[in-house]
Formats: sequence, C-alpha cells, structure tokens
Amino acid sequence: MNKPFTVALAPDSVCQPPSRTDIYVDRSFRFLARVGAIAILTLVVALVLEIGGKAVPGIQKYGFDFISGVVWDANTHRFGILPAIWGTLYSALMALLIGGFFGVSMAIFLTQDFLPPRLSAVFRIIIELLAAIPSVVYGLWGIFVVIPAILPLADWLNATLGAIPFFASTLSGPGLLPAALVLAIMILPTIAAVAQDALRAVPLKTKQAAYGMGATHWEAILRVMVPSAATGIFGALVLGLGRALGETMALAMLVGNSNQISLSLFSPANTLAALLALNFPEAGPNEVEVLMYAALVLMAITLVVNIAGSLLMSYAQRGNK
Amino acid sequence: MNSLMKFAAFAAGVTLCAANPALAQEKVRLTGSGASFPAPIYLTWFKDLSKKNATMTVDYQSKGSGAGVQDFLNKTVDFAASDSAMKKEDIAKVAEGVQLLPMTAGEIVLAYNLPGNPKGLKLPRDVYSNIFLGKITKWNDPKIVAANPEIKLPDLPITVVRRADSSGTTAVFTMHLSAINPEFKKTLGEGNTVNWPATDKFVASPKNDGVTATVRQTPGAIGYIEYGFAKLAKVDFAQLQNKAGQYAAPGNGAATLAAVKLPEDMVAWLPDPDGAKSYPITSYTWMIFRKTNNDPAKVKAMHEMIEYGLTEGQKIADSMGYIPLPAVVVEQVRKAAANIK
Repeated sequence: MNKPFTVALAPDSVCQPPSRTDIYVDRSFRFLARVGAIAILTLVVALVLEIGGKAVPGIQKYGFDFISGVVWDANTHRFGILPAIWGTLYSALMALLIGGFFGVSMAIFLTQDFLPPRLSAVFRIIIELLAAIPSVVYGLWGIFVVIPAILPLADWLNATLGAIPFFASTLSGPGLLPAALVLAIMILPTIAAVAQDALRAVPLKTKQAAYGMGATHWEAILRVMVPSAATGIFGALVLGLGRALGETMALAMLVGNSNQISLSLFSPANTLAALLALNFPEAGPNEVEVLMYAALVLMAITLVVNIAGSLLMSYAQRGNK
Repeated sequence: MNSLMKFAAFAAGVTLCAANPALAQEKVRLTGSGASFPAPIYLTWFKDLSKKNATMTVDYQSKGSGAGVQDFLNKTVDFAASDSAMKKEDIAKVAEGVQLLPMTAGEIVLAYNLPGNPKGLKLPRDVYSNIFLGKITKWNDPKIVAANPEIKLPDLPITVVRRADSSGTTAVFTMHLSAINPEFKKTLGEGNTVNWPATDKFVASPKNDGVTATVRQTPGAIGYIEYGFAKLAKVDFAQLQNKAGQYAAPGNGAATLAAVKLPEDMVAWLPDPDGAKSYPITSYTWMIFRKTNNDPAKVKAMHEMIEYGLTEGQKIADSMGYIPLPAVVVEQVRKAAANIK
C-alpha cells in the first residue's frame, strides 16, 4: 500500500498521518458540502423554471402591456402592474431613506464609544428583537398606532404645503407614508446589525491613528471610520432594500392596495408582493398565470437591485484601495 | 409500599391511555376546505360534533371559496364550502355528480365611522350604490342629509374601504349593487374582485378584520363587512333601504330567506330580496358534496354532519351573527342531502 505520509514522517514525530476515519470524514464532508451547494442552485433554478413555466401563458397573452398597464380587472381580463411596480419601488426607497439613515446612525452610536459597552450591548439586543416581531403585528401596529399618530400631521402638511406633489392628497387611513414608515422600522434591524459589523471590522489601529493625528471624535467617525466601513454599510443598505421589496403582509395591511400612480405620500398605493398575497388564494386558472407573471417581475426587480448593489459595492471597494 | 401502588395505578392509567388511540383509529375523518365567511360557525359545529359523536372528526380549513372548490375538483377534500356556490363548468368536471347544500346564510353590512359615533345612519339605495361608485364623496351630500334629518353630518370626505383580497363577500356585495344600480353593473360588474374606482378615497384592506380595523381608524370611512363580524367588533353599521323602500337593519334574515323558494339545485341568489322588512344584502353559503362516494363510513359521517348542522347547528346561528335557516329550507336541504350516497 502506498503511504506517502508515513514516508515523509520521522519515526519519533508526534504528528500522525490522517487515519482512515479522518479521510472518510473529510471526504464525506466535502461531498455533503457539494451536494448542499448544488441543491441551492437547483432550487433557485427550479423555482425560476416553475414560476416562469406557469407564467408563459400570461406572458404570451399580455406581453409588455402587462408591465405598462394600469388596470387590474379580473372580470374583463385586463391586467396591468405598473402601479404595483411603482408602489413597490416607491415604498421600498422611502423606507430605505428613513430606515437607512436611522440604521446607520444607530450603528455609529453603538460602535463608536458613545455608550459604556454593557449599555450598548443592551441596545443592540433591543434592536435585534425588532427583527423577531412578526410582519402581521407590524401591520396591526401600523393601523392602530402609526396611522392615527400621523393623521393630524398629514392633514396639516396637505393644508399648508399641498402645492408640493408629495403632499398633494389627504391621507385617508392606509397610504404610502404609513406603509413606508413601518417598512423602515422593519428593515432597521438588518441595516443596523450589518452596519455595526462593518464598523467594528475597521482595525483599531486606523482609529488610533486618526486620533494620533489630532482628529476630534466626530472627525474620526465621519472622515475615517465611516469611509473605511463604507463597503459594509453599503451592503447593509442593499440587504435592507432587498427585504423592503419583498415585504408582504404589513404592506398589504397598510398601503391601501389601490391601483394608482401618485407622487403623493398620502395616497394609497399598491405593491407587487401585496398584490400576489391577496389575489392568490382565490385565483382561478387564468388569474394564476398573470400572478405568476407578476411574481416573475418581482423576482427580476429584486435580482436587478441586488446585482446593481453588488456592482456598486465592488466599484466602491476598488475606489477605496 | 403506598408509593409503589400509586405508581402501579399510574402505569395502568398510562397503558389505558395508550390503548385509547387504538380505538380512536376507527374514527372517520372528514376533511373540508373553502369559504372563510362561514368558517367561525362551521368550526364551532365541528368541534361540538366531535365531542358529541366520538366516531368522527371533521377538519375544516378556511382558505377561501375559490380555493375550496379547487381542492374539491382536485379531490383533496371530502367536501368544500363556498359563498359563491359553484360554477356550471366546474360542476360539469365532477364525474360523481355534485350536491350543493345551503347550510347557513349571512348578511353584509355597511360599517361607518363618523365623528360623535351617531347610530342608525340611514342610507337610501341610490346613495350607497353611488358611494361605492365613487360618485357621492362627501358625508354632507344633500341626499344623505335628506335621509338623516336627526343626524348632524360633517363636511368630511367619504373614504371607501373595500376588500383587498379576492372574496365571496365582495361577490355577494357587488351582485347586490349591480342589481340595484345599472351603472354599477356596467362599469364595475360583479365578482370576487372588481375594478374599483382608482381614487385616493378608495382604500383596500385584507380580510374582514382588516376592513373593520381600517374603518375604525379612519374618520369618515365606510366599508362592507359581514354582519357577524360587525357585531363582534361593535362597529356602527347603516340601515339600508330595501326594494320596498323601507329602511331595514340586519339581524332578522329568516323572513327574507323564507320568501325565496329554493330551486332543484339548491342554489338561490337573493340579489335584491322583496319584503318590507327584508335587509337588502343577504346570501346563502353552501357546502359542496359529491353525489357518489365510495366509502360508506364517510357517507354516514357526512349525513351525520349535515343533520347536526341542520338541527343543533341552526340554534347557535343567530348568536354568531348568521341567519338560521327557516324550517321550509331545512326540510328541503334534508331531502336533497339524501342524494349523497
């Protein structure tokens, strides 16, 4: 038998050649890892094929009109999802704006020596708890707390600044703003957690060097720490956006599910995920095909956003170095 | 010694308990799925039934009328439940034959939220149909004011809250509106979902609870929900003008049902019932069975379930916000149930 290890070892060495068990464990682990990797790819491909396959009749029937159409009427077989695409992107970007600002601020606050370490650990746990709250609870909270709270402000904004398109309509309960606010809170834990990791990954030496050169606390944070962690923070934002695009139940309860395209933050809108969730349970065969088409569009949007995010990130990385 | 005996008794008890499931294996299990509107009363029935009748259990999954019919066609359930009966082309797909049985009925109310919570708002036919067409947009519209001289109506926009999900409730409601307003029939039509006007004052929420919550939180809102739900949530709902021109409140629908004769296939719609006291938006809800079943034990269980629903089940209907079936209808349903073999 060929024993390459024994040959190379000195007789009194404490090293042991890998036993047969070691080799088998190693091999089977490698095998399992490969199976897992292939399974993930197969699953994604199968998912796309399944949804795509079921969407084919819808795509053939409605083509591009489906994406540019603004009417959804199952009775007359007219289907269009432009308002839903608009609402999905608008609500997700609004949420990213609000959630991103607060998430990154929190990450800075918790990592840059503003708090004693023990207290900041408590805060961190509280933020992470936000991620564990079910979507439907967020929706109910939105209906019973957020909407009544912002109603007076919305009325005031509409009365005084109604000329600005963002405030052009009155808020009638559900609408884009309450949806975006709740969505912002939902994506906040993701953004805060990933941004904290990014900031903590900046070597201590960098910070010490900044202080050593006479930088103030804020100069060190804004000019040195945040730029060094920019890639990670950007990744946090992309992840948050991805979550915002796919969020369903809370949005279905808060966004108003009305097929219209409006710049106004107070108008009811619609999102793709809500459209899918609300129409699937009772959909007949000819409605399933268009819903599958809509699901395909949602997947494409998420994919584009993620790819654009990664590209921007690698671009930023190159710029940093 | 004492403790040893206790242990022995305990052990015997455990063995007995363990033996019981073997007996329970003989239980007949019926599965059904479908409409969410009658789900509360059905679930109460089935729970009580399996308590009283140890030989059977009924599992019911409330997933929507359309989904129930789909399950029925795929033969994954023994029976289905639907608010919108069953389409002719779907019935034709079932080789064993289909028997529809109305098991209970319900009403749809217009819940509203006005400052000061005035009770007993009266809405004429042309007013409420035009509110849902988006043509009457203010609470102090002269037509609403004229019908409610005793209520001080505010200068507030009307926010219409509708169902966001596809729903049998919407189907029944739009069927009624189409029957009383030709323009509604022409522009929106009827169905589980319709193309509601796209304005800022039409918002949608999922399910009965979503609509109820949104109405409660939005001053000036009006929305359609099931009567049982409105009763449970204690929201204000309007009296509606019926075909005879009278204002009627929901809650005494048995007379409305008795006035309509059930045809052979047991599917009767009441888009706009006659009668001076009839509440205008009333509808049956059905259970759907196959006429020929190959498992005699299951057939027996089905008959027991139907009989329970027609006798004991009707007694709790009123308190849960449903309409107890009139005696004539019960007799007809019982006769039709004999077709299930």
